[in-house]
Amino acid sequence: MDLTALIIKTIIILVIFGVTLVIAMYSTYAERKVAAFLQDRLGPNRAGPFGLLQPLADAGKMFFKEDFIPAQASKWLFILGPCLAILTALMTSAVIPFGESVKFDNMLIPLQGIEVNIGILYVFGVVSLGVYGIMVGGWASNNKFSLLGAIRAASQNISYEIALGLSIIAILMMTGSLSVSKIVQDQHGFAWNLFNQPLGFIIFLTCAFAECNRTPFDLPECENELIGGYHTEYSSMKLGFYLFAEYINMFISSAIISSLYFGGYNYPGMDWVRENLTASLGTTGHNLATAIGSAVFFGKIFFFIFFFMWVRWTIPRFRYDQLMNLGWKSLIPLAILNIVVTGFGLLYEVKYASWIIVAVMVVLAVASQARAPKGAVSAQKV
Amino acid sequence: MQLTNRSKQVSNKEMTLAEKMYLPAIAQGLAITFSHLFKKRPTIQYPEVKRYLGPVFRGHHVLKRDEEGRERCTACGLCAVACPAEAISMVAAERQKGEEHLYREEKYAAVYEINMLRCIFCGLCEEACPKQAVYLRHDKFVPVFTEREDVIFGKNKLVEDVNNRYVRNNPEVKATPTEPTLSGAAT
Repeated sequence: MDLTALIIKTIIILVIFGVTLVIAMYSTYAERKVAAFLQDRLGPNRAGPFGLLQPLADAGKMFFKEDFIPAQASKWLFILGPCLAILTALMTSAVIPFGESVKFDNMLIPLQGIEVNIGILYVFGVVSLGVYGIMVGGWASNNKFSLLGAIRAASQNISYEIALGLSIIAILMMTGSLSVSKIVQDQHGFAWNLFNQPLGFIIFLTCAFAECNRTPFDLPECENELIGGYHTEYSSMKLGFYLFAEYINMFISSAIISSLYFGGYNYPGMDWVRENLTASLGTTGHNLATAIGSAVFFGKIFFFIFFFMWVRWTIPRFRYDQLMNLGWKSLIPLAILNIVVTGFGLLYEVKYASWIIVAVMVVLAVASQARAPKGAVSAQKV
Repeated sequence: MQLTNRSKQVSNKEMTLAEKMYLPAIAQGLAITFSHLFKKRPTIQYPEVKRYLGPVFRGHHVLKRDEEGRERCTACGLCAVACPAEAISMVAAERQKGEEHLYREEKYAAVYEINMLRCIFCGLCEEACPKQAVYLRHDKFVPVFTEREDVIFGKNKLVEDVNNRYVRNNPEVKATPTEPTLSGAAT
């Protein structure tokens, strides 16, 4: 790799880094706006036009607050907690392909931090490392509520990571590769994995919510039970890092969901666009087509970020036993079933085998609903 | 006794499979919240837009002048007596020659002070006043103060501005923006 390629790669990495931070920053703003709009309010609208400077004001406040470390806390671990959280959150975006490739001096450079052939494994490794940020922080606070929050976070993440991993295996079987860019390339055009793996998508989405500690699975920080959960004792920018890490995780999860199931930068008619642009504009056209693909990818990411927020302001929190029941007794068996059915599908070359499970489940659900006793306690109509 | 028919019996019945899947209920809930995205917001942007509080709102005190611009207050002290919070105090003085255009009666309030920390805005001073001199404006709040010295409002803040008379029953004004005050003739 010569110098130009190295420079371009560096620029790409820095841009991804910056974009991640900016998106995480404005996610806090978007969260408040979405929450407000879903609740018939207006949300922040005083700092700058439409309140657009609100994240800056929040960050400024975070910086100037007193940075307090409790006397009984384990000091170094207390500092290490938020650092780990934000470090792992930022590391994940390295393997996500944000676009096809840019052409520069007849060199094709993929729009990706780093291409590793075990991309998905890397993501899972780093994400599961992220639990330590929460656990270490909660434990080091020397506070019962923090510890409870940390324990909940740890057990929740461990149990949901299994279903998360299992739900992806079906995709890995169909693609035959662990590399994220390979998986995305495989969904060229409109052949998105969503259409082959509807069940896997729902399981992955649910588990992604749990991994990000987002409602309905935000047990580690449920305010009414645990004050602030694992970050009860944190203040100033350490708290800021925790909150920031949560939003970065949300962005990364959205990016991974869109690249695994919604075709990443692929969109219908992409070949036609690329051919026409390259024919008329040459290299610029090639880069332009890549930019369009990236824009599509970011559109998908933004939709999922919105979806995360939408769900947060719709669904109440699960109880802890419900959470565990859902994870261990429903999602993991379903994910395994999905793997088996997909395997049979691959064996007999039926691409849409996974739909069989969905169809059976719908039939069972309708049947159970029909058999259910009708009475005053039936579901309320709104 | 049943007041509404919205109450629901609590039950611990087994959930059906469809309910255990959560997804239909979640989709329903998402649809409800999504529909709220397009609802009209009832928010009023307060400092820029102000609600009309109604003609009976009791706000900032005003010491009225009469039609010729003379102060109506005669410093009888009935408002101070009526005041349950003992917020009003005054010093009476006798009108001198040449001051007839300033004060309506021979006696007037040289000092008229209301302690705004004590005032409970009950409006009893307004009722007690035999000269229709003191009113609580329906269109203006008492401004925020941050210093102890600003707590006591003297005549400089209370006496009506000649060029900007306060009218309570102004049929023209039904709408919201109320600051500065309504203009027009005295009551």
